[in-house]
Amino acid sequence: MQHGKYRFIVGFLVAPLALYAVFVIWPFIQSIYYSFTDWTGLSPDFKMVGFANYERMFQDDVFWKSLQHSVMLVLLLPLVTLGLALFFAFMLNVGGRRRKGTAITGVRGSGFYKIAYFFPQVLSIAIVAILFRFAFNPNDGVINGTLKAVGLGSIQPDWLGDPNFALWCVMAVLVWSTVGFFVVLFSAGMASIPKDFYEAALLDGASRFTTFFKITLPLLWDTVQSGWIYMGILALGAEAFASVQIMTVGPGGPDYSTTVLPLYVYLSAFRDANAAYATTIGVALLVVTLLFAAVVMRLGRRERLEF
Amino acid sequence: MGSTSAQNNGEGFGRRDLIKRSAALGLVAVPTMSFLSACASSDSGSGNKAKKGKTSAKNPLGVNETAPLAVTIFDGGFGTKYATDANAQYKKAFPKAKIQFHATQKIQSELQPKFNGGTPPDLIDNSGAEQMDMGVLVGKKQLTDLTPLLDSASFDDPSKKVRDTLRPGIVEMGQFDGDPVWIMYYAYTVYGVWYSQKALDGLDAQYPENWDDMLALCAKAKKKGIAGWTYAGKYPYYLPFSLYPFIAKIGGREVLDKIDNLEPGAWQDPAVKSAFEAYYELYKKGYILKGTPGIDHIQSQTAWAKGKALFIPNGSWVENESASVIPKDFGLSVGAPSGLDSSDKMPFGTIWASGGEPFIVPAKANNAEGGMEQLRIMLSEESSKNFTSSVKSLTAFNGGTDGIELTPGLKSGVAALEKAGDNVVNPRLQDWYVKLQKEQIGVSVLGEMMAGRLTPAEAIKKAQGYADAAAKDSSIKHYKHQ
Repeated sequence: MQHGKYRFIVGFLVAPLALYAVFVIWPFIQSIYYSFTDWTGLSPDFKMVGFANYERMFQDDVFWKSLQHSVMLVLLLPLVTLGLALFFAFMLNVGGRRRKGTAITGVRGSGFYKIAYFFPQVLSIAIVAILFRFAFNPNDGVINGTLKAVGLGSIQPDWLGDPNFALWCVMAVLVWSTVGFFVVLFSAGMASIPKDFYEAALLDGASRFTTFFKITLPLLWDTVQSGWIYMGILALGAEAFASVQIMTVGPGGPDYSTTVLPLYVYLSAFRDANAAYATTIGVALLVVTLLFAAVVMRLGRRERLEF
Repeated sequence: MGSTSAQNNGEGFGRRDLIKRSAALGLVAVPTMSFLSACASSDSGSGNKAKKGKTSAKNPLGVNETAPLAVTIFDGGFGTKYATDANAQYKKAFPKAKIQFHATQKIQSELQPKFNGGTPPDLIDNSGAEQMDMGVLVGKKQLTDLTPLLDSASFDDPSKKVRDTLRPGIVEMGQFDGDPVWIMYYAYTVYGVWYSQKALDGLDAQYPENWDDMLALCAKAKKKGIAGWTYAGKYPYYLPFSLYPFIAKIGGREVLDKIDNLEPGAWQDPAVKSAFEAYYELYKKGYILKGTPGIDHIQSQTAWAKGKALFIPNGSWVENESASVIPKDFGLSVGAPSGLDSSDKMPFGTIWASGGEPFIVPAKANNAEGGMEQLRIMLSEESSKNFTSSVKSLTAFNGGTDGIELTPGLKSGVAALEKAGDNVVNPRLQDWYVKLQKEQIGVSVLGEMMAGRLTPAEAIKKAQGYADAAAKDSSIKHYKHQ
């Protein structure tokens, strides 16, 4: 069987690798190439301009602002979303009061909550963003309406119209729309953790807090890590772009307070007809993404628990 | 988790492989880069152009009677019926020609590859959110000069050139640098301060002609719990619709021209300062509807239509766009911007009006004459009336409103144009420098000032900074008023 093993493996890999090379690697090389040209995107003639686009990018305040916001999203969004999702999943599966006959159980009504949390996942991000446009309306929106109803009529922020709140509003929407998916994912992970572990811990008098950090989290680590990468992609990519593009002032405002890298790529390419500069920002985005992946892989190295 | 580690004996997939694969997924998902390249530039195909036909009185442009005509129309607020009606007319004139009609909202995604490949259609309504950048199309010589169309006999009256049947500003708008006319704007938009006559009657007021009256009226409205103004807070580049003609009225047309030409110090003109200060006063005195910086154009128009605010800077499309919320007895009217005082350089009535729905004929079109002929048909009185009565908008054809019933907004628009006479201004910032006008001046200067986060002095400084940067930016094509 050893004989011809590699040929056998290569035989299987040729087709997918070729597809990957043509549809992923090649476009990357092409866009890096275009970042050294002055291609407008509207006509087939262009010339090489060396590092001009990169020089321009490094002096571009809007680029730095977009980078700053994108980095902020990629750091904060996974943290908040996964933290919340872990908390909810734990409460739904393990965190309930002890009842007769079972050692561990979720909070009352956990079946309903699971569906409720998952619900936003069914809606596309564009629909979610449009719904929140209405919710954030300072005059007739749900949020200010609720504030008024509970007697906080004096606090009526402009939300998306206020540079201090706008980016937080976008983040809140992204958390709201993604947390449910991870609740379900983590619930599934928790279901595969043997119940005896919890029973043993509870017999020893461990609190819920301790069981979470000593049992649930370590055994769930693989899932959390995949979630981390997934969330990072979302924060750097399409979801962040769509919510900013649809919801914010301008979009990207007020006064560049919500602009993110993918939005800047889009505007440069399709509004300013400067596709070369857009690919340059795209290259910067690639670097950020690779850095993120590297960091997550490094931080993720942990001892594996066998069970 | 049992699932991954269970397979972890021997050569199975471990956690590290999973992560590696996830990272690979990350590569796939790096947005936009790969799809940008999908529309990679290719060699331009050699177009096999249709031979020119014979010119005659009925066919002044010399259209090849058998050449097919490809038309792509933006399917937006104006629909497509006006275009298919015009196609039918073309077909009547040239029965042997085959017409390929295509309507889309994705102008850029669909047509960009065709431009890159050298096979664009013969006539395009380059409009909507996916409008292709005109400056680039012109700069890269992708368009046909429409001068032959303008100099040909008009459809209705052979003794008149098409050029002489158009509304003011249309031809100039189609020019970028020098004489060639690259774009034929078909719709005609009146910008200004839109209000409800009924609301003003309720306050026993006339439309204010100067700023003191404006402030007095706002104060009166405020007492009744009505805000003076609202605007599209999320898209503050609606504010210039009344602010720019206001600047022109105070300091004369030259001030706007200087701004358009990106001249140094153009924004520091005293007229700009007075206008900014006047608008800022609306904010300071609390005459702007609360929450305005956080609402979009539809939400602001709805609040205004419900009577929460008296005035809104907007264009004549508001009548169609907000038709469902504007009450029947609203008395929709447009006012030219109120002036500052009697020392203003231009008379009351000075208004901003300009073309919309830009039609272009690509340079590489197979049947460019056909594309122009189609435009000539559309600029006839009959086609113009058809357009106006079905979509409630004026056209570039000067006239075409007699004998059809006009809606209140349209009627007041026509009246405003009559009152303005020659005092129609046409600031070009929004078609020459989109980014400067919308994102920089609109959002980051005017939006911030009207939300009270910048003083007029700071706003002017910022605007001048943006204009200077745009003037220096070599990746932008620069234009000048002729």
